[in-house]
Amino acid sequence: MTAGVNVGTARRKWNLRRTLLVYVPLVILAIVALGPVLVLLFNSLKTGREIVQDPLGLPDAPQLANYARAWRQGHFESTMRNSAILTAGSVLGVCIISGLAAYALGRLRVRGSRGVVTYLFLATTAPAPLYVIPLFFMWTRLGQINSLSGLIIIYWGVLSPFATLLLRSFLLSLPTELEDAGRVDGAGEIRVLLSIILPLSWPGFVVVGLITALGTWNEFFFANTFIHSQRLKPVTISLLSFQHQFSNDWELTSAASVIAVVPVVALFLVFQRRFIAGMTAGGLKG
Amino acid sequence: MTWLNPGGLPRRQSFQGWLFLLPLMIATIVVIVLPTLATVAFSLTDWSGFGEVTFIGLENFRQLATDASFLQSLKHAVIWTAIFLTVPIFMGLLGAVLLSEAGPLQTFFKLVYFIPVTLASVINAHIWRSLYDPFRGAGAVLEGLGIPFLADVAFLGEKNLALYAVAWVDVWRWWGFLVVVFLAALQAINPELYDSAKVDGASWWLEFRHVTLPGIRVTLLFVVLITIVGSLNVFDYVYILTQGGPAGATEVPVTLLYKSAFQKYEAGYAAAIGTTMSFLSGLVLVGYLLLQHMGWEE
Repeated sequence: MTAGVNVGTARRKWNLRRTLLVYVPLVILAIVALGPVLVLLFNSLKTGREIVQDPLGLPDAPQLANYARAWRQGHFESTMRNSAILTAGSVLGVCIISGLAAYALGRLRVRGSRGVVTYLFLATTAPAPLYVIPLFFMWTRLGQINSLSGLIIIYWGVLSPFATLLLRSFLLSLPTELEDAGRVDGAGEIRVLLSIILPLSWPGFVVVGLITALGTWNEFFFANTFIHSQRLKPVTISLLSFQHQFSNDWELTSAASVIAVVPVVALFLVFQRRFIAGMTAGGLKG
Repeated sequence: MTWLNPGGLPRRQSFQGWLFLLPLMIATIVVIVLPTLATVAFSLTDWSGFGEVTFIGLENFRQLATDASFLQSLKHAVIWTAIFLTVPIFMGLLGAVLLSEAGPLQTFFKLVYFIPVTLASVINAHIWRSLYDPFRGAGAVLEGLGIPFLADVAFLGEKNLALYAVAWVDVWRWWGFLVVVFLAALQAINPELYDSAKVDGASWWLEFRHVTLPGIRVTLLFVVLITIVGSLNVFDYVYILTQGGPAGATEVPVTLLYKSAFQKYEAGYAAAIGTTMSFLSGLVLVGYLLLQHMGWEE
C-alpha cells in the first residue's frame, strides 16, 4: 500500500503534461477569483485620472490619502461602530441560544427532538421574502425600525437555526463519558453544560461565532430594510449610499470598499480553516 | 449506559431540554413562524401595510397570474435558476476535481477561491460595476489592446445583457464556496474505489461518472436544493446593481415584492408574491425531502 502510493506520487511528479493539465486551469480560476479583488485594491490607491487612463493596472504612486478621505466622508467611525455592535450582539446571542438548544438536542433525551431538527432545517431554508413584510410592519409597531437591537433580534431568529444544527452535530461527535460521570456525581444539567460540555465544545462555538460574525457583518437584506437612519447604518448599507453619492470618484469608493473589507479578510485569513469547515458543514450534513 | 438513567431521569431531562430549547423557539417563532403565517393571511387581503385590512380572497393571486411584470420576473428567476444550476456547479466541480490533484498547493488555491465568498455583496457589486463600465472598465482596456468588440458595451444598461451581467457577479462570489463543498465531498470518497477503477483501466470520464458523481451525489443534491431555492428568491445583487432595470430587464420576484411592499405600499399584493415564491420553494424542498426519505442517501 505505502509502496504503491510512493510509486504513484513519484510518477505523478514527473508527468509534465498532467501537471500542466491540473495547474493551468487552477491558475486561470485563481485569476478569475482574485483578479477583480486586486483591481479594487489598485484602484483604491490611484488618482481619479489614473483610473480613467489605466483602469486595471498598478498605481503609479500609491495614494494613501484616498483612504483618509474615504474614512472621513464615508462616516466609517460610526458605521464601523454600528457594524461592530450588530456583530457582537448577534454572535453573543446566537452562541447562547444555539448552545443551549444544541445541548438539549444533542445531549439530553428530549421528547420531540427529531421534530425540532426538521423544524430547524425548514427554518434554515425558509426564504426571507416569506416573512419579511409582516416582520417589517410588526417591528414598526414595536418601534424597532432604526434600532440596532431590533435588528440583532432578527439575526438571532434567522441565524440560530443553522448554528444549532451545526453545534448539535458537533456535540454528537463528542464522547459522553465525562458528563455521565458528572451526572453520577450529582451535577445538574446547567453545571454539566457549563463545566463539562462548554470546555469540550469550544471549537464548535468558534466556528459558529465566525460564521455568525461573517453573516452579520456582510448582511444586506434585513439591514437595508430595517435601518434607514444614517447614524445607525452598518458599513455595508452605508457603503451603498456612499457609492451612489460618489459614483464618479472611483478612487474614493474603492478605498471605502477596501476599508469595509479589511476586518473580514483579516478574520478570514487568521481562521480560514475553521471558517471553511463551518460554512461548508451545511452542504455536507444536509 | 442505560443504567445511569433509571426511571425518572428521561422525563426530567425532557423537561429541562425544552427549557433549553425555549430561547431558540421564541426567537424563531417571533421572527420567522408568526410572520410567515401572517404573510399567508395577508396575501388574501387588500392591505397597505398600515391601517385597514380588507379580505379579498384569492383576488391577489388572480391578479398575479395575469400581471405581466410578475410573469416576466418569474421568467427571469427561471433563467437565473438555469444559470446557477450550470455555471457555478460546473466551475465548482472543475475546481474541486483539479484541487484534489493539486498536492501541496491545494490549501493555497482553496483560500484564493474562497476570498470572494467572504466579501459583502455591496463590495462585489462595486468591483463589477467598475469592471463593466463601458469607458473605464475591462471593455475599454481590451479596446486599448486591440480587441474592440466589448468596448462601449454597457453590460448593466443593455436590456439583453443586464440579467446575465448581474448573474455573473453572483456566480463569481458563489462558485468558490462550491469548490470547497465539493472538495470536502470528494475527499470523503473511499480511495479504494479509484484504485479499482484504475486497475480496470477506466478513463477519467468513466471514473468521474461511476465513482466521483455517485460519491458526491448527497452533496450535489443538497447544492441543487439550495441553488433552486436561492435562485427563486434572489434579491441582493439585482437590487444593488440594477434595482430591476433597465426597463424591468432584471426584475425578479423579490425585487418586485420589495417595491410593492415598501415603495407602493401594496403589502397584501406583496405578500401574495412572497407566498407564491415560497410555495414554489416549498415544492422543491418537498421533492428533496422525498428523495432523502426514499433512501437516496444510502
